[in-house]
Amino acid sequence: MKPNARMSSLLPPLLPLFVSMGVFELAVRFGWVPSYLIPAPSEVFRSLIDDRLELATAAWTTLSSALVGLLLSFTAGTLFAIALSSSDLARRAFYPYAVFFQTVPIIAIAPLLVIWFGFGQPTVIASAAIVSVFPIIASTLLGLKSTEPALIDLFNLYSATAKQMLYMLKIPFALPQIFSGLRIASGLAVVGAIVGEFIGGGGLGSVVDSARTQQRIDRVFAAVLISALLGVVLVGAVNFVSALTLGSWHTSERKSS
Amino acid sequence: MNSNLHPGQSKSGAAVLCEEISRAFAGTGLVLDHISFQIQPGEFVALLGPSGSGKSSLLRLTAGLDRADEGRLAIDARQGAVSRGFVFQEPTLIPWRNVLRNTTLPLELQGWKIDRAKPRAEEELRRVRLADFAVRYPHELSGGMKMRTSVARALITRPNLLLLDEPFAALDEPTRHALQQQLREIWSALGMTVLFVTHSISEAVFLADRVIVLSQRPARIILDSAINLPTARAEALRTSLNYVEEIRRILAVIPNPAANT
Repeated sequence: MKPNARMSSLLPPLLPLFVSMGVFELAVRFGWVPSYLIPAPSEVFRSLIDDRLELATAAWTTLSSALVGLLLSFTAGTLFAIALSSSDLARRAFYPYAVFFQTVPIIAIAPLLVIWFGFGQPTVIASAAIVSVFPIIASTLLGLKSTEPALIDLFNLYSATAKQMLYMLKIPFALPQIFSGLRIASGLAVVGAIVGEFIGGGGLGSVVDSARTQQRIDRVFAAVLISALLGVVLVGAVNFVSALTLGSWHTSERKSS
Repeated sequence: MNSNLHPGQSKSGAAVLCEEISRAFAGTGLVLDHISFQIQPGEFVALLGPSGSGKSSLLRLTAGLDRADEGRLAIDARQGAVSRGFVFQEPTLIPWRNVLRNTTLPLELQGWKIDRAKPRAEEELRRVRLADFAVRYPHELSGGMKMRTSVARALITRPNLLLLDEPFAALDEPTRHALQQQLREIWSALGMTVLFVTHSISEAVFLADRVIVLSQRPARIILDSAINLPTARAEALRTSLNYVEEIRRILAVIPNPAANT
């Protein structure tokens, strides 16, 4: 992409950002909005610079908790989905509970997690894992169930074993769905980690919590901004791995030539 | 029909015996209604019938992908084990495997090491004239090339029974003609038994030494006849009088759908 073309593709999303930041800046400066409700963007920016060390440490803590939680939910969710896909009876027996489990709000069970895992990172990791596991189960299951029937016939024709069917056909075929589940899960893992930190302590969650009690709304905004960035980074990392894995064959990743 | 066989051809072909085969499906009801026929080793038989007549169901039974409700189906390879090759309606290639690795798949599933399977795949790819495209991926191939890969894959286990389910229906006419001729040449060279499902009368006549014509669903056999054409089928045959005469003979037994509408 030429520099000019890059500019023109970045301009549409950046323009509303700059305009709205300008509007908020003016609104606060002229006193139309009290600064204890909405901080001036320049204040948030200053907080980002002044508290950079504390924010960076907190962000790292949150990111590592979210990553470990995601790894746990990915491992458990994928294994669970494979188990469910291999037997119709198992799917009918257990899948409804997976759906039901997903509807329980994490904020309601977070206090339970503290009782079980104590204050600190284990609670945060558990929270991130619980929130992110369902999309992985659902999309992996969907992917494993959507193998082209003719390809299953082909494997049966040559008396493929269940293991060959799974590793050589069903799992590779499900990869696009597995990645799209992982994409949703990675955003949710950050949310789960921060909710966990509200209660279990540490990371950006407690930065937000303590800044709120100190009425430092600029710091709240700075921490929120960084937590959103963490989500973007994780989703971007999944996109990158997905492009590397599927790039050579799958239509969703193939460059139009 | 045995007069059409090449010397030694019957050695590598399997015999098919189909006795009073019936099959019904939930929703569609009876699809195959007491079908009986016999195929000699090394015969090239076309199974002809209108769309939805159950010819694909019959082929799936022969492939062992489905079971009949009634009747007996026996496949007998005179020498060694029965080995089937199947060419599906669609190329059904695996998108993340290149042409070579798509071709080696049946052997890999049977536990062959890839180093041992590769030379065999290269041989089959030469046979279908795809040797130069071994490292291409399915999405980089034309429709005809995909189908040729699919044929090479079916040939790699050296089947004594080759089953094809309208494999060329989606191709443009010149490609279809070229592939028909190549298939005929492959059969002449290898001598396996071929059962070729199609709804095209001209394709059946050009390819086969014998046609079995099925009726509308529930399918019964309405004609089982040898094709009286020379063994070598060249392009020129398509415009010959004998060829047209054979097509006319088969058309005569098929009810005209226009008469019912």
